[in-house]
Amino acid sequence: MANNQETSFAEIGELAAGLDALDTLKDTKPNFAASTARSLAPLLAIALVIGVWQLVVSLHAAPTWVLPTPAQVWASLVGHATTGNPTQNLWFSAFNSLRKGVQGFAIALVIGLPLGIALGLNKWLRLVIRPILTGLQQLPSVAWVPAAIIWFGLSDATIFAVVLLGATPSIANGLISGIDQIPTLYLRAGKVLGAKGLTYITRILLPAAWPGFLAGLEQGWAFAWRSLMAAELIAINPALGPGLGQMLDNARQLGDMSGVLGSIILILAVGVLVERLAFAPLRERTLRNRGLLR
Amino acid sequence: MIKITNLSKRYGSNGPVIIDDLKLTVNSGEFVALVGASGCGKSTLLNILSGLDKASSGSVEMGAAPALMFQDHALLPWLTAGKNIELALRLVNYPKAERAARAQELLELVHLPHAYKLRPHELSGGMRQRVAIARALAQGRKILLMDEPFAALDAITRDLLHEELVRIWQETGLTILFVTHNVREAVRLGQRVILMSSRPGRIINEWKIETTEPRRIESSYVSALSVEITDELRKEIKRHG
Repeated sequence: MANNQETSFAEIGELAAGLDALDTLKDTKPNFAASTARSLAPLLAIALVIGVWQLVVSLHAAPTWVLPTPAQVWASLVGHATTGNPTQNLWFSAFNSLRKGVQGFAIALVIGLPLGIALGLNKWLRLVIRPILTGLQQLPSVAWVPAAIIWFGLSDATIFAVVLLGATPSIANGLISGIDQIPTLYLRAGKVLGAKGLTYITRILLPAAWPGFLAGLEQGWAFAWRSLMAAELIAINPALGPGLGQMLDNARQLGDMSGVLGSIILILAVGVLVERLAFAPLRERTLRNRGLLR
Repeated sequence: MIKITNLSKRYGSNGPVIIDDLKLTVNSGEFVALVGASGCGKSTLLNILSGLDKASSGSVEMGAAPALMFQDHALLPWLTAGKNIELALRLVNYPKAERAARAQELLELVHLPHAYKLRPHELSGGMRQRVAIARALAQGRKILLMDEPFAALDAITRDLLHEELVRIWQETGLTILFVTHNVREAVRLGQRVILMSSRPGRIINEWKIETTEPRRIESSYVSALSVEITDELRKEIKRHG
Protein backbone atom coordinates (compact mmCIF):
# COMPACT_ATOMS: atom_id res chain seq x y z
CA MET A 1 0.00 0.00 0.00
CA ALA A 2 2.59 2.49 -1.11
CA ASN A 3 0.01 5.12 -1.81
CA ASN A 4 1.76 7.71 0.33
CA GLN A 5 0.42 10.48 2.54
CA GLU A 6 -2.86 11.82 1.25
CA THR A 7 -4.93 14.79 2.36
CA SER A 8 -5.99 14.33 5.99
CA PHE A 9 -9.43 13.31 7.20
CA ALA A 10 -9.99 16.74 8.72
CA GLU A 11 -8.94 18.60 5.59
CA ILE A 12 -11.25 16.54 3.40
CA GLY A 13 -13.97 17.10 5.97
CA GLU A 14 -13.69 20.89 5.76
CA LEU A 15 -13.72 20.80 1.99
CA ALA A 16 -16.68 18.43 1.96
CA ALA A 17 -18.65 20.57 4.39
CA GLY A 18 -18.13 23.66 2.22
CA LEU A 19 -19.09 21.88 -0.99
CA ASP A 20 -22.14 20.26 0.61
CA ALA A 21 -23.36 23.62 1.84
CA LEU A 22 -22.92 25.13 -1.63
CA ASP A 23 -24.55 22.19 -3.39
CA THR A 24 -27.72 21.80 -1.37
CA LEU A 25 -30.69 24.04 -1.00
CA LYS A 26 -32.54 24.09 2.28
CA ASP A 27 -35.82 22.31 1.77
CA THR A 28 -38.60 24.85 2.13
CA LYS A 29 -41.00 24.11 4.94
CA PRO A 30 -44.57 23.56 3.79
CA ASN A 31 -46.40 26.86 3.89
CA PHE A 32 -49.36 26.57 6.29
CA ALA A 33 -51.40 29.46 4.84
CA ALA A 34 -50.91 28.25 1.29
CA SER A 35 -51.90 24.69 2.12
CA THR A 36 -54.99 25.85 4.02
CA ALA A 37 -55.99 27.97 1.03
CA ARG A 38 -55.44 24.98 -1.23
CA SER A 39 -57.63 22.69 0.82
CA LEU A 40 -60.40 25.29 1.08
CA ALA A 41 -60.39 26.07 -2.64
CA PRO A 42 -62.98 23.39 -3.54
CA LEU A 43 -65.50 25.27 -1.36
CA LEU A 44 -65.53 27.92 -4.09
CA ALA A 45 -66.81 25.38 -6.59
CA ILE A 46 -69.49 24.21 -4.14
CA ALA A 47 -70.64 27.81 -3.58
CA LEU A 48 -70.81 28.29 -7.35
CA VAL A 49 -72.91 25.16 -7.87
CA ILE A 50 -75.34 26.16 -5.10
CA GLY A 51 -75.55 29.68 -6.57
CA VAL A 52 -76.42 28.44 -10.06
CA TRP A 53 -78.86 25.92 -8.61
CA GLN A 54 -80.64 28.65 -6.60
CA LEU A 55 -80.74 30.84 -9.70
CA VAL A 56 -82.34 28.10 -11.82
CA VAL A 57 -84.92 27.44 -9.10
CA SER A 58 -85.80 31.13 -8.78
CA LEU A 59 -86.34 31.35 -12.55
CA HIS A 60 -89.12 28.77 -12.03
CA ALA A 61 -87.54 26.59 -14.70
CA ALA A 62 -89.10 23.54 -13.04
CA PRO A 63 -91.61 22.86 -10.27
CA THR A 64 -89.97 22.32 -6.86
CA TRP A 65 -91.03 18.65 -6.69
CA VAL A 66 -88.78 18.18 -9.73
CA LEU A 67 -86.06 20.60 -8.67
CA PRO A 68 -86.25 21.55 -4.99
CA THR A 69 -84.39 24.57 -3.62
CA PRO A 70 -81.02 24.15 -1.87
CA ALA A 71 -82.79 25.11 1.36
CA GLN A 72 -85.33 22.29 0.95
CA VAL A 73 -82.57 19.77 0.37
CA TRP A 74 -80.71 21.09 3.39
CA ALA A 75 -83.87 20.76 5.49
CA SER A 76 -84.28 17.19 4.27
CA LEU A 77 -80.68 16.42 5.21
CA VAL A 78 -81.19 17.92 8.67
CA GLY A 79 -84.32 15.77 9.03
CA HIS A 80 -82.36 12.65 8.13
CA ALA A 81 -79.59 13.65 10.50
CA THR A 82 -81.93 13.98 13.50
CA THR A 83 -84.44 11.19 12.89
CA GLY A 84 -84.57 8.33 15.38
CA ASN A 85 -85.50 5.80 12.68
CA PRO A 86 -82.20 4.01 11.97
CA THR A 87 -83.02 3.07 8.36
CA GLN A 88 -83.72 6.75 7.66
CA ASN A 89 -80.92 8.14 9.80
CA LEU A 90 -78.16 9.76 7.78
CA TRP A 91 -75.38 8.91 10.25
CA PHE A 92 -76.36 5.25 10.56
CA SER A 93 -76.71 4.96 6.81
CA ALA A 94 -73.47 6.73 5.98
CA PHE A 95 -71.53 4.85 8.64
CA ASN A 96 -72.95 1.49 7.63
CA SER A 97 -72.22 2.09 3.94
CA LEU A 98 -68.74 3.33 4.69
CA ARG A 99 -68.05 0.31 6.88
CA LYS A 100 -69.12 -2.07 4.11
CA GLY A 101 -67.08 -0.11 1.59
CA VAL A 102 -63.97 -0.28 3.76
CA GLN A 103 -64.47 -3.97 4.53
CA GLY A 104 -64.98 -4.81 0.86
CA PHE A 105 -61.97 -2.71 -0.07
CA ALA A 106 -59.85 -4.48 2.56
CA ILE A 107 -60.82 -7.89 1.18
CA ALA A 108 -60.10 -6.65 -2.35
CA LEU A 109 -56.67 -5.54 -1.12
CA VAL A 110 -55.96 -8.96 0.39
CA ILE A 111 -56.73 -10.55 -2.99
CA GLY A 112 -55.30 -7.81 -5.24
CA LEU A 113 -51.94 -7.49 -3.49
CA PRO A 114 -50.61 -11.04 -4.02
CA LEU A 115 -52.25 -11.14 -7.45
CA GLY A 116 -50.50 -7.91 -8.46
CA ILE A 117 -47.14 -9.11 -7.12
CA ALA A 118 -47.42 -12.45 -8.93
CA LEU A 119 -48.38 -10.81 -12.22
CA GLY A 120 -45.83 -8.07 -11.75
CA LEU A 121 -43.02 -10.57 -11.35
CA ASN A 122 -44.02 -13.33 -13.76
CA LYS A 123 -44.45 -12.27 -17.38
CA TRP A 124 -46.09 -15.53 -18.47
CA LEU A 125 -48.68 -15.38 -15.75
CA ARG A 126 -49.25 -11.80 -16.77
CA LEU A 127 -49.74 -12.65 -20.45
CA VAL A 128 -52.41 -15.14 -19.47
CA ILE A 129 -54.25 -13.28 -16.72
CA ARG A 130 -53.83 -9.55 -17.26
CA PRO A 131 -56.26 -9.23 -20.20
CA ILE A 132 -58.97 -10.77 -18.03
CA LEU A 133 -58.12 -8.38 -15.23
CA THR A 134 -58.24 -5.39 -17.56
CA GLY A 135 -61.53 -6.64 -19.01
CA LEU A 136 -62.99 -6.90 -15.52
CA GLN A 137 -61.77 -3.40 -14.79
CA GLN A 138 -63.64 -2.09 -17.84
CA LEU A 139 -66.83 -3.96 -16.95
CA PRO A 140 -69.23 -1.84 -14.88
CA SER A 141 -69.49 -3.90 -11.72
CA VAL A 142 -73.21 -3.11 -11.47
CA ALA A 143 -73.54 -5.77 -14.18
CA TRP A 144 -72.63 -8.35 -11.52
CA VAL A 145 -75.51 -7.37 -9.22
CA PRO A 146 -78.18 -9.61 -10.81
CA ALA A 147 -75.80 -12.55 -10.91
CA ALA A 148 -74.71 -11.98 -7.33
CA ILE A 149 -78.33 -11.80 -6.16
CA ILE A 150 -79.04 -15.17 -7.78
CA TRP A 151 -75.91 -16.70 -6.26
CA PHE A 152 -76.00 -15.21 -2.78
CA GLY A 153 -79.53 -13.85 -2.35
CA LEU A 154 -80.18 -10.42 -0.86
CA SER A 155 -77.34 -10.68 1.61
CA ASP A 156 -74.10 -8.97 2.56
CA ALA A 157 -72.31 -11.60 0.46
CA THR A 158 -73.94 -10.11 -2.64
CA ILE A 159 -72.78 -6.64 -1.69
CA PHE A 160 -69.22 -7.78 -0.99
CA ALA A 161 -69.04 -9.85 -4.17
CA VAL A 162 -69.94 -6.80 -6.26
CA VAL A 163 -67.54 -4.55 -4.37
CA LEU A 164 -64.73 -7.10 -4.77
CA LEU A 165 -65.29 -7.53 -8.48
CA GLY A 166 -65.22 -3.76 -8.81
CA ALA A 167 -62.14 -3.00 -6.74
CA THR A 168 -59.78 -5.96 -7.08
CA PRO A 169 -58.85 -5.51 -10.77
CA SER A 170 -57.92 -1.85 -10.20
CA ILE A 171 -55.81 -2.68 -7.18
CA ALA A 172 -53.97 -5.50 -8.92
CA ASN A 173 -53.53 -3.53 -12.14
CA GLY A 174 -52.26 -0.51 -10.22
CA LEU A 175 -49.66 -2.66 -8.49
CA ILE A 176 -48.58 -4.19 -11.81
CA SER A 177 -48.10 -0.73 -13.36
CA GLY A 178 -46.28 0.37 -10.22
CA ILE A 179 -43.90 -2.58 -10.57
CA ASP A 180 -43.42 -1.88 -14.29
CA GLN A 181 -42.46 1.72 -13.57
CA ILE A 182 -39.73 0.86 -11.06
CA PRO A 183 -36.36 2.11 -12.36
CA THR A 184 -34.21 -1.01 -12.95
CA LEU A 185 -31.51 0.63 -10.87
CA TYR A 186 -33.44 0.17 -7.60
CA LEU A 187 -34.03 -3.50 -8.33
CA ARG A 188 -30.35 -4.01 -9.15
CA ALA A 189 -29.38 -2.11 -6.01
CA GLY A 190 -31.64 -4.39 -3.98
CA LYS A 191 -30.09 -7.50 -5.49
CA VAL A 192 -26.55 -6.21 -5.00
CA LEU A 193 -27.35 -5.51 -1.35
CA GLY A 194 -28.46 -9.10 -1.05
CA ALA A 195 -32.26 -8.77 -0.82
CA LYS A 196 -33.92 -12.06 -1.74
CA GLY A 197 -37.36 -13.68 -1.64
CA LEU A 198 -39.83 -12.16 0.75
CA THR A 199 -37.32 -9.54 1.95
CA TYR A 200 -36.84 -8.45 -1.65
CA ILE A 201 -40.60 -8.08 -2.07
CA THR A 202 -41.26 -6.21 1.17
CA ARG A 203 -38.10 -4.07 1.34
CA ILE A 204 -37.46 -3.29 -2.33
CA LEU A 205 -40.25 -4.22 -4.73
CA LEU A 206 -43.29 -2.93 -2.84
CA PRO A 207 -41.81 0.38 -1.63
CA ALA A 208 -40.40 1.00 -5.10
CA ALA A 209 -43.79 0.27 -6.69
CA TRP A 210 -45.70 2.27 -4.07
CA PRO A 211 -46.44 5.47 -6.07
CA GLY A 212 -48.13 3.48 -8.87
CA PHE A 213 -49.74 1.12 -6.39
CA LEU A 214 -51.20 4.03 -4.45
CA ALA A 215 -52.86 5.31 -7.64
CA GLY A 216 -54.33 1.82 -8.10
CA LEU A 217 -55.59 1.79 -4.52
CA GLU A 218 -57.27 5.14 -5.04
CA GLN A 219 -58.99 3.94 -8.18
CA GLY A 220 -59.83 0.68 -6.43
CA TRP A 221 -61.54 2.60 -3.63
CA ALA A 222 -63.51 4.70 -6.14
CA PHE A 223 -64.69 1.50 -7.84
CA ALA A 224 -65.48 -0.12 -4.48
CA TRP A 225 -67.62 2.84 -3.46
CA ARG A 226 -69.47 3.00 -6.79
CA SER A 227 -70.09 -0.73 -6.81
CA LEU A 228 -71.36 -0.60 -3.25
CA MET A 229 -73.84 2.16 -4.08
CA ALA A 230 -75.05 0.28 -7.17
CA ALA A 231 -75.48 -2.88 -5.13
CA GLU A 232 -77.32 -1.06 -2.32
CA LEU A 233 -79.66 0.56 -4.81
CA ILE A 234 -80.62 -2.72 -6.40
CA ALA A 235 -80.34 -5.27 -3.60
CA ILE A 236 -82.88 -3.88 -1.16
CA ASN A 237 -83.52 -5.93 1.94
CA PRO A 238 -84.18 -4.69 5.50
CA ALA A 239 -81.80 -7.42 6.73
CA LEU A 240 -78.93 -5.57 5.09
CA GLY A 241 -79.32 -2.69 7.52
CA PRO A 242 -79.30 1.01 6.70
CA GLY A 243 -77.20 2.41 3.86
CA LEU A 244 -76.93 5.46 1.64
CA GLY A 245 -78.08 3.47 -1.41
CA GLN A 246 -81.19 2.32 0.47
CA MET A 247 -81.80 5.88 1.66
CA LEU A 248 -81.66 7.10 -1.94
CA ASP A 249 -84.00 4.37 -3.21
CA ASN A 250 -86.36 5.01 -0.34
CA ALA A 251 -86.63 8.70 -1.23
CA ARG A 252 -87.23 7.79 -4.90
CA GLN A 253 -90.10 5.48 -3.97
CA LEU A 254 -91.67 8.24 -1.88
CA GLY A 255 -91.25 10.74 -4.72
CA ASP A 256 -89.20 12.84 -2.28
CA MET A 257 -86.89 14.76 -4.61
CA SER A 258 -85.23 16.67 -1.74
CA GLY A 259 -84.38 13.32 -0.18
CA VAL A 260 -83.04 12.01 -3.49
CA LEU A 261 -80.76 15.00 -4.00
CA GLY A 262 -79.73 14.96 -0.34
CA SER A 263 -78.73 11.29 -0.61
CA ILE A 264 -76.76 11.93 -3.78
CA ILE A 265 -74.93 14.78 -2.06
CA LEU A 266 -74.12 12.48 0.87
CA ILE A 267 -72.75 9.74 -1.40
CA LEU A 268 -70.61 12.35 -3.13
CA ALA A 269 -69.48 13.84 0.18
CA VAL A 270 -68.35 10.48 1.58
CA GLY A 271 -66.34 9.86 -1.60
CA VAL A 272 -64.72 13.29 -1.42
CA LEU A 273 -63.98 12.97 2.30
CA VAL A 274 -62.28 9.60 1.92
CA GLU A 275 -60.13 10.99 -0.91
CA ARG A 276 -59.23 14.14 1.06
CA LEU A 277 -58.66 12.50 4.45
CA ALA A 278 -57.10 9.18 3.47
CA PHE A 279 -55.61 9.24 -0.01
CA ALA A 280 -54.56 12.87 -0.48
CA PRO A 281 -52.32 12.94 2.64
CA LEU A 282 -50.77 9.59 1.70
CA ARG A 283 -50.10 10.80 -1.83
CA GLU A 284 -48.64 14.09 -0.65
CA ARG A 285 -46.40 12.34 1.87
CA THR A 286 -45.17 9.87 -0.71
CA LEU A 287 -44.33 12.59 -3.22
CA ARG A 288 -42.70 14.80 -0.60
CA ASN A 289 -40.55 11.99 0.81
CA ARG A 290 -39.30 11.05 -2.62
CA GLY A 291 -38.72 14.61 -3.78
CA LEU A 292 -41.38 14.33 -6.49
CA LEU A 293 -43.51 17.22 -5.28
CA ARG A 294 -43.57 20.14 -7.68
CA MET B 1 -8.49 -11.32 -4.26
CA ILE B 2 -10.10 -11.52 -7.67
CA LYS B 3 -8.84 -14.08 -10.19
CA ILE B 4 -10.35 -14.01 -13.66
CA THR B 5 -9.25 -16.80 -16.00
CA ASN B 6 -10.05 -16.90 -19.73
CA LEU B 7 -13.38 -15.22 -19.20
CA SER B 8 -15.60 -14.81 -22.26
CA LYS B 9 -19.12 -13.49 -22.54
CA ARG B 10 -21.52 -13.41 -25.44
CA TYR B 11 -25.25 -12.91 -25.39
CA GLY B 12 -27.15 -15.70 -27.08
CA SER B 13 -25.41 -18.47 -29.01
CA ASN B 14 -24.39 -16.30 -31.96
CA GLY B 15 -24.61 -12.81 -30.50
CA PRO B 16 -21.58 -10.50 -30.51
CA VAL B 17 -18.68 -11.38 -28.22
CA ILE B 18 -18.67 -8.79 -25.42
CA ILE B 19 -15.67 -10.02 -23.45
CA ASP B 20 -13.02 -12.20 -25.05
CA ASP B 21 -10.61 -14.40 -23.13
CA LEU B 22 -9.99 -11.98 -20.29
CA LYS B 23 -7.29 -12.75 -17.74
CA LEU B 24 -6.82 -10.56 -14.71
CA THR B 25 -5.74 -10.99 -11.12
CA VAL B 26 -6.36 -8.34 -8.50
CA ASN B 27 -4.45 -9.02 -5.31
CA SER B 28 -5.83 -8.62 -1.83
CA GLY B 29 -5.82 -4.97 -0.80
CA GLU B 30 -4.90 -3.79 -4.28
CA PHE B 31 -6.53 -0.84 -6.05
CA VAL B 32 -6.85 -1.58 -9.77
CA ALA B 33 -8.34 0.86 -12.26
CA LEU B 34 -9.74 -0.48 -15.49
CA VAL B 35 -10.06 1.92 -18.46
CA GLY B 36 -11.70 1.42 -21.81
CA ALA B 37 -13.92 3.13 -24.37
CA SER B 38 -17.60 2.33 -24.86
CA GLY B 39 -18.27 -1.29 -25.66
CA CYS B 40 -15.33 -2.72 -23.77
CA GLY B 41 -17.67 -4.74 -21.62
CA LYS B 42 -16.75 -2.99 -18.37
CA SER B 43 -20.22 -3.09 -16.93
CA THR B 44 -20.79 -6.65 -18.14
CA LEU B 45 -17.58 -7.66 -16.39
CA LEU B 46 -18.66 -6.10 -13.10
CA ASN B 47 -22.09 -7.69 -13.41
CA ILE B 48 -20.43 -11.08 -13.81
CA LEU B 49 -18.08 -10.46 -10.89
CA SER B 50 -20.96 -9.44 -8.65
CA GLY B 51 -23.13 -12.37 -9.69
CA LEU B 52 -25.79 -10.34 -11.52
CA ASP B 53 -24.78 -12.02 -14.80
CA LYS B 54 -23.07 -15.26 -15.85
CA ALA B 55 -19.93 -15.85 -17.91
CA SER B 56 -20.24 -17.83 -21.16
CA SER B 57 -16.92 -19.53 -20.53
CA GLY B 58 -13.87 -19.20 -18.32
CA SER B 59 -13.87 -18.81 -14.58
CA VAL B 60 -13.98 -16.19 -11.91
CA GLU B 61 -12.59 -16.75 -8.45
CA MET B 62 -13.57 -14.22 -5.84
CA GLY B 63 -11.79 -14.36 -2.49
CA ALA B 64 -14.98 -12.96 -0.93
CA ALA B 65 -18.39 -11.70 -1.99
CA PRO B 66 -18.03 -8.19 -3.42
CA ALA B 67 -19.95 -4.98 -2.88
CA LEU B 68 -20.88 -3.07 -6.05
CA MET B 69 -21.27 0.66 -6.60
CA PHE B 70 -22.97 2.12 -9.66
CA GLN B 71 -22.59 5.30 -11.64
CA ASP B 72 -25.97 6.35 -10.32
CA HIS B 73 -25.97 6.42 -6.56
CA ALA B 74 -28.85 3.90 -6.53
CA LEU B 75 -29.96 5.03 -3.09
CA LEU B 76 -33.53 3.98 -2.44
CA PRO B 77 -35.62 7.16 -2.54
CA TRP B 78 -38.17 5.99 0.01
CA LEU B 79 -35.52 5.69 2.72
CA THR B 80 -33.40 8.33 4.44
CA ALA B 81 -29.61 8.22 4.01
CA GLY B 82 -29.30 6.53 7.40
CA LYS B 83 -32.02 3.97 6.63
CA ASN B 84 -30.44 3.15 3.28
CA ILE B 85 -27.30 2.15 5.16
CA GLU B 86 -29.32 0.32 7.80
CA LEU B 87 -31.03 -1.74 5.11
CA ALA B 88 -27.62 -2.85 3.83
CA LEU B 89 -26.66 -3.77 7.40
CA ARG B 90 -29.91 -5.65 7.89
CA LEU B 91 -29.38 -7.64 4.71
CA VAL B 92 -26.02 -8.88 5.98
CA ASN B 93 -27.64 -9.78 9.34
CA TYR B 94 -25.92 -7.06 11.33
CA PRO B 95 -27.30 -7.08 14.90
CA LYS B 96 -30.45 -5.00 14.98
CA ALA B 97 -29.61 -3.02 18.12
CA GLU B 98 -26.33 -1.78 16.67
CA ARG B 99 -27.50 -0.85 13.17
CA ALA B 100 -28.37 2.80 13.80
CA ALA B 101 -25.07 3.49 15.56
CA ARG B 102 -23.09 1.71 12.84
CA ALA B 103 -24.92 3.66 10.12
CA GLN B 104 -24.09 6.94 11.85
CA GLU B 105 -20.46 5.84 12.19
CA LEU B 106 -20.29 5.12 8.45
CA LEU B 107 -21.86 8.48 7.63
CA GLU B 108 -19.19 10.15 9.73
CA LEU B 109 -16.53 8.19 7.86
CA VAL B 110 -17.70 9.80 4.59
CA HIS B 111 -17.98 13.22 6.23
CA LEU B 112 -21.76 13.31 6.41
CA PRO B 113 -22.40 13.33 10.16
CA HIS B 114 -25.67 15.28 9.78
CA ALA B 115 -27.16 13.40 6.86
CA TYR B 116 -28.83 10.53 8.73
CA LYS B 117 -32.37 11.86 8.40
CA LEU B 118 -31.99 13.43 4.97
CA ARG B 119 -33.58 11.79 1.97
CA PRO B 120 -31.64 11.15 -1.24
CA HIS B 121 -33.34 14.03 -3.10
CA GLU B 122 -32.20 16.43 -0.38
CA LEU B 123 -28.55 15.55 -1.00
CA SER B 124 -26.23 16.82 -3.74
CA GLY B 125 -24.75 14.38 -6.26
CA GLY B 126 -21.48 14.16 -4.37
CA MET B 127 -23.22 13.60 -1.05
CA ARG B 128 -25.33 10.82 -2.56
CA GLN B 129 -22.26 9.05 -3.84
CA ARG B 130 -20.67 9.34 -0.40
CA VAL B 131 -23.78 7.79 1.16
CA ALA B 132 -23.55 5.09 -1.52
CA ILE B 133 -19.93 4.45 -0.50
CA ALA B 134 -21.03 4.25 3.14
CA ARG B 135 -23.78 1.82 2.15
CA ALA B 136 -21.32 -0.33 0.21
CA LEU B 137 -18.98 -0.34 3.23
CA ALA B 138 -21.91 -1.33 5.45
CA GLN B 139 -22.00 -4.68 3.69
CA GLY B 140 -18.62 -5.38 5.25
CA ARG B 141 -17.21 -6.92 2.08
CA LYS B 142 -13.51 -7.26 1.41
CA ILE B 143 -13.90 -6.44 -2.28
CA LEU B 144 -15.43 -3.29 -3.70
CA LEU B 145 -16.38 -3.12 -7.40
CA MET B 146 -17.01 0.37 -8.71
CA ASP B 147 -18.74 1.05 -12.03
CA GLU B 148 -17.84 4.64 -13.03
CA PRO B 149 -19.09 5.87 -9.69
CA PHE B 150 -18.00 9.47 -10.14
CA ALA B 151 -18.75 9.95 -13.85
CA ALA B 152 -21.81 12.12 -13.25
CA LEU B 153 -20.14 14.49 -10.76
CA ASP B 154 -18.64 17.91 -11.40
CA ALA B 155 -14.84 18.17 -11.39
CA ILE B 156 -14.47 19.75 -7.95
CA THR B 157 -16.71 17.19 -6.30
CA ARG B 158 -15.00 14.37 -8.17
CA ASP B 159 -11.60 15.52 -6.84
CA LEU B 160 -12.95 15.45 -3.33
CA LEU B 161 -14.41 11.97 -3.79
CA HIS B 162 -11.07 10.75 -5.15
CA GLU B 163 -9.38 11.85 -1.95
CA GLU B 164 -12.16 10.38 0.13
CA LEU B 165 -11.99 7.04 -1.67
CA VAL B 166 -8.20 6.73 -1.45
CA ARG B 167 -8.34 7.59 2.24
CA ILE B 168 -11.03 4.97 2.88
CA TRP B 169 -9.09 2.40 0.86
CA GLN B 170 -5.97 3.05 2.92
CA GLU B 171 -7.90 2.80 6.17
CA THR B 172 -9.86 -0.33 5.34
CA GLY B 173 -7.45 -2.31 3.18
CA LEU B 174 -10.26 -3.08 0.71
CA THR B 175 -9.56 -4.70 -2.64
CA ILE B 176 -10.93 -2.27 -5.21
CA LEU B 177 -11.62 -2.78 -8.89
CA PHE B 178 -12.52 0.63 -10.27
CA VAL B 179 -13.92 0.87 -13.80
CA THR B 180 -13.90 4.20 -15.63
CA HIS B 181 -13.47 5.75 -19.03
CA ASN B 182 -11.64 8.67 -17.55
CA VAL B 183 -7.93 7.94 -18.03
CA ARG B 184 -6.74 10.61 -15.59
CA GLU B 185 -9.09 9.30 -12.94
CA ALA B 186 -7.65 5.81 -13.42
CA VAL B 187 -4.09 7.09 -13.07
CA ARG B 188 -5.04 9.27 -10.11
CA LEU B 189 -6.57 6.37 -8.17
CA GLY B 190 -5.13 3.02 -9.17
CA GLN B 191 -1.96 1.23 -8.23
CA ARG B 192 -2.30 -0.44 -11.57
CA VAL B 193 -4.11 0.78 -14.65
CA ILE B 194 -5.48 -1.80 -17.07
CA LEU B 195 -6.46 -0.77 -20.60
CA MET B 196 -9.21 -2.73 -22.34
CA SER B 197 -10.08 -2.93 -26.03
CA SER B 198 -13.65 -2.60 -27.24
CA ARG B 199 -15.84 -5.12 -29.07
CA PRO B 200 -14.69 -7.51 -27.92
CA GLY B 201 -13.31 -6.49 -24.55
CA ARG B 202 -9.76 -7.71 -24.01
CA ILE B 203 -6.87 -6.47 -21.93
CA ILE B 204 -4.41 -4.73 -24.25
CA ASN B 205 -1.97 -3.13 -21.84
CA GLU B 206 -1.19 -2.54 -18.22
CA TRP B 207 0.73 0.16 -16.32
CA LYS B 208 2.04 -0.01 -12.80
CA ILE B 209 1.98 3.30 -10.95
CA GLU B 210 5.61 3.84 -9.98
CA THR B 211 5.48 7.07 -8.04
CA THR B 212 5.21 7.13 -4.28
CA GLU B 213 4.65 10.90 -4.17
CA PRO B 214 1.19 12.11 -3.22
CA ARG B 215 -0.55 12.44 -6.53
CA ARG B 216 -3.35 14.73 -7.56
CA ILE B 217 -5.25 14.81 -10.78
CA GLU B 218 -3.18 17.90 -11.78
CA SER B 219 0.24 16.45 -10.97
CA SER B 220 2.77 16.07 -13.77
CA TYR B 221 3.12 12.35 -13.18
CA VAL B 222 -0.61 11.82 -13.71
CA SER B 223 -0.59 14.04 -16.83
CA ALA B 224 2.39 12.33 -18.45
CA LEU B 225 1.11 8.82 -17.89
CA SER B 226 -2.41 9.83 -18.92
CA VAL B 227 -1.08 11.10 -22.26
CA GLU B 228 0.65 7.81 -22.86
CA ILE B 229 -2.42 5.74 -22.00
CA THR B 230 -4.78 8.02 -23.93
CA ASP B 231 -2.62 7.67 -27.06
CA GLU B 232 -2.92 3.93 -26.86
CA LEU B 233 -6.65 4.14 -26.15
CA ARG B 234 -7.12 6.35 -29.24
CA LYS B 235 -5.23 3.90 -31.39
CA GLU B 236 -7.64 1.23 -30.21
CA ILE B 237 -10.68 3.44 -30.90
CA LYS B 238 -9.52 4.34 -34.43
CA ARG B 239 -9.31 0.66 -35.26
CA HIS B 240 -13.14 0.62 -35.17
CA GLY B 241 -13.60 3.59 -37.55
